Amino acid sequence: MNEMLKTVDLWVTVSEKYVLKGVNFSLNYGETNILFGPNGAGKTSFMLTLMGFPRYKVEQGRIYFKGEDITEKDIYERAHMGIGVSFQRPPTVRGVTLRKVIDIISTEASSKENVESIEKLRLSEHLDRGLNDGFSGGEMKRSELLQLMVQRPDLVLIDEPESGVDIENIALVGEAINSLLGKDRVKDPKRGAVIITHTGYILDFVNVDKGYIIFDGHLVCGGNPRDILSEVKRHGYRRCAECR
Amino acid sequence: MPISSSYHSDLMQRAEKAKGKKAVFGPDIDLSSYTQHIERGRLESLESLSQQAKEAVIMTGINIKEDWRAGSYMQIDHSVVYESLNKAYEGQLEIRSTTDALNRYDWMEKYFWNAVAVDQDKYTAEAALNMTHGYFIRVFSHQRPPYPVQSCLLVAENYISQNVHNIIIVEEGAELQVITGCTLAKRDAEGIHLGISEFYVKKGGKLFFTMIHNWADNFHVRPRTGVVVEEDGFFLSNYVLLNPVKSIQAFPAAYLKGDRASAKFNTVVYGLKDSHIDLGSRIILEGRETRGESIARTIAADESTIYSRGDLIARTKEYCLAHLDCRGILFSNKATIFAIPQLISEGARKAELSHEASIGPIAEEQVEYLMSRGISREDAVSLITSGFLNLDIPFIPDFLDKNIKDVIKATAKEAL
Repeated sequence: MNEMLKTVDLWVTVSEKYVLKGVNFSLNYGETNILFGPNGAGKTSFMLTLMGFPRYKVEQGRIYFKGEDITEKDIYERAHMGIGVSFQRPPTVRGVTLRKVIDIISTEASSKENVESIEKLRLSEHLDRGLNDGFSGGEMKRSELLQLMVQRPDLVLIDEPESGVDIENIALVGEAINSLLGKDRVKDPKRGAVIITHTGYILDFVNVDKGYIIFDGHLVCGGNPRDILSEVKRHGYRRCAECR
Repeated sequence: MPISSSYHSDLMQRAEKAKGKKAVFGPDIDLSSYTQHIERGRLESLESLSQQAKEAVIMTGINIKEDWRAGSYMQIDHSVVYESLNKAYEGQLEIRSTTDALNRYDWMEKYFWNAVAVDQDKYTAEAALNMTHGYFIRVFSHQRPPYPVQSCLLVAENYISQNVHNIIIVEEGAELQVITGCTLAKRDAEGIHLGISEFYVKKGGKLFFTMIHNWADNFHVRPRTGVVVEEDGFFLSNYVLLNPVKSIQAFPAAYLKGDRASAKFNTVVYGLKDSHIDLGSRIILEGRETRGESIARTIAADESTIYSRGDLIARTKEYCLAHLDCRGILFSNKATIFAIPQLISEGARKAELSHEASIGPIAEEQVEYLMSRGISREDAVSLITSGFLNLDIPFIPDFLDKNIKDVIKATAKEAL
């Protein structure tokens, strides 16, 4: 079995409005796929549906992870099966420190590497602050990635890693993503990732296997990520509507 | 030399006149139900307390072995059963009963019923007319004992009114930490605790005061607290109530009399069962460049009712700054929270007073965010609740912290 994640004819509503319209998607073990799309196309909806957020109601279709149907599983169960997400705009949780969360989600295997990750992501001084409380865009992204590095999920979902991040920090974020996927050493055959972007800047820092475009809730145009990005740069996302 | 009889008799006359005076806030209590008088013998050490009493006092942060403590004071019902001062700090501070101090020092007139009015209401009157000790702690000028003094006021019998009068004096340039635990030996005890507290922080002094209340379903509590802070002095109050109580009403006031004096109140209240809780803090800014901060975190569960009050009153003609932050979470649809912040500027044209008050549920978005990290819904709610209450109080033992978290965990289920 080479397929880590698969969605079959996935239809999803938010407040009774369809945000995903029959999405068929698959990701193999060891692969990193990237989803392009304009704002409001359904990228974040797709990611949060995969994570099991109840606001995203699956009206039709199934989600399979490691061969198991997870459509009815809640967020916590999916996290324990090995799915983790880096949010574009994580909520502020005052009073719950980054250190506390790291302590809770650390595994014996990850704890040794935590110190290294904290230093690498330059978050030592943020450990005793409430989660995302007063964090800048770059600090939020680094905090999200740090939590994932500690959590060590098999499938990593990363939403807009470059948004709100300055140029200096994009390289750091890219490096952290590569480290998270085991691609800073030898490609980790057990891990997979789905990255969402609407600018594509992250392609300069992360090795990606396949690219797709989401447009108006539909998954369209799969292929080489750089080819897709240059096509989008030339013609914009409007062309995608015609490809459907 | 004791305080003068004329001073004392004047106080008694004023108290006598206020015997029927109802308090402005809180349910009125008929004090005639609480007339038992119980005297107790002295204890050799806190370790000789009964098992039941030990368990009760430990839960209010009292260290039975007196490790990491500068001294201890313990009162059960109407008797002072134990006082001690760690030898290492002799000459730095004194600890005794207020009764003893009143008999010993005539200058106590300056501190006895001067920060709290004896005729404020029927409870102050009762505490004056039938005073049953209370602690007196004085840290001498420029002394800074590194560990806190602990005091415990325990009620072990039914139908008593424990009327304590506590006085703390922090002399010029001195610093003191105090942990006070007020509790019951029996969880079904019926009675009332009237606690008068008058604290005086002299020039450049600092007082860090933590009070943990641990009452029960049939018990009433009416503390009355006044704090006077002189020039460059600082007063910090941490107040914690995490157990049911029949009713409690208190509105401690800090008078920032000296220039650059400051005060901070942290109040953490967890309303359980049908508790009636009416608590607040009042900061009166009288000196120039005085500063005040009042933070209240309340959670109302079960059928509890919580009034969370806060007054900032500016009286100085010069600059002063104070902020009030009052937030509540309602866990149950049978519970009620009233958040009542009040800012008053009495001709204080340069005063900057501000407040923020809110009541709302635990944000589902935060719970789901933590769940996505592999934390269960129950643990996420508990974590957010603990964080909201922000119980980061020094010298509170880990097991007490754990107990608090267990209470949160058990009751937070309601919020799911």
